[in-house]
Amino acid sequence: MQDLDHIQVKVWRGDASGGGFAEFDVPQQPAQTVLDVVTWIQRHADSSLSYRFACRVGMCGSCAMMVNGIPRWTCRTHVNKVMRDKRLTIEPLRNLPVIKDLACDMSEFFDKWKRAEGQFSGKDSRQQPVAAISPVEPARRAANAAIECINCAICYAACDVVKWNPDYLGPAALNRAWSLQNDSRDRRHDERLQAVSGDGGCLSCHSQQGCASYCPNELNPTGSIAGLKKMAASAFMKKKYRERHG
Amino acid sequence: MVELRLYLAQRISAAIMAPLVLVHLGVMIYAIQGGLSADEILARTRGSLLWGGFYGLFVIAVAVHASIGLRNILSEWLQLRGLLLGGLCWFIGLALLAAGLRAVAAVVGG
Repeated sequence: MQDLDHIQVKVWRGDASGGGFAEFDVPQQPAQTVLDVVTWIQRHADSSLSYRFACRVGMCGSCAMMVNGIPRWTCRTHVNKVMRDKRLTIEPLRNLPVIKDLACDMSEFFDKWKRAEGQFSGKDSRQQPVAAISPVEPARRAANAAIECINCAICYAACDVVKWNPDYLGPAALNRAWSLQNDSRDRRHDERLQAVSGDGGCLSCHSQQGCASYCPNELNPTGSIAGLKKMAASAFMKKKYRERHG
Repeated sequence: MVELRLYLAQRISAAIMAPLVLVHLGVMIYAIQGGLSADEILARTRGSLLWGGFYGLFVIAVAVHASIGLRNILSEWLQLRGLLLGGLCWFIGLALLAAGLRAVAAVVGG
């Protein structure tokens, strides 16, 4: 019979060419997080295990992994809340190429962030006074609602459209674009809207809301993407109207 | 721009279909209450511009909506792209349109 104070942990080991699960017996601790479990394995059972983390307090977005099939930030996920029958299965994030074990290659995730014009491009120079932004203005509220993304790629791993269409920009990049489209200090609204409404852009989203369900910061990328769809459709109609009526 | 046009066409066709589906179901449920034969149905639909227009519009909206939806599924599930994807989308749309208009003509005409 399984020791009651131990957790049976299956950890995916391997690299881009393939791999499989290794099993570990990990002592259970009070207030133990999934990241604590992975760290225990590396320190006490197998020092060759690779994984990624930095802040351990849910700020940096680097420790996301699949835990029992669900993408989670492991530093803020308590083992008690997610284990089933004292068992945990830990895998690298879905939809991203694996470098080794639990560490994924995030390049395409951030490349898409750039493709979606995720960089802020200010209208003003540093010589000009700081722009006065009303915090109650609707656009600013929309920007604020989407701005707390830590780029952990949990939404990207949760998204089926990313899985089906490798060109799809993904929830995080589109959520970032929506935040900037609502920032009145940014000057690249037209270029960004063009970048996110083409092939693999916001129109590919099926509104399944996997991103919103699993976002650890409780953001709603589906809502942001719906906003972009509406913005793109409205810009298209206005352009057609102007072409016809001068 | 193609994606945006297809997106709008699918949404607009859905908006057209929604009330038509409700009327279609409503009339069907209402009309068969006392029992209704095929001849009785045809007697009401033959030569009717209203039903011809109603189902003609329905068929056009279905052909547009379904072919774009299937295009997305074919692209995502079978990884089809380019001419093959566009060609299949057109074929499905035109086939639905032809079959649907033939049925409308049979019910309204003759």
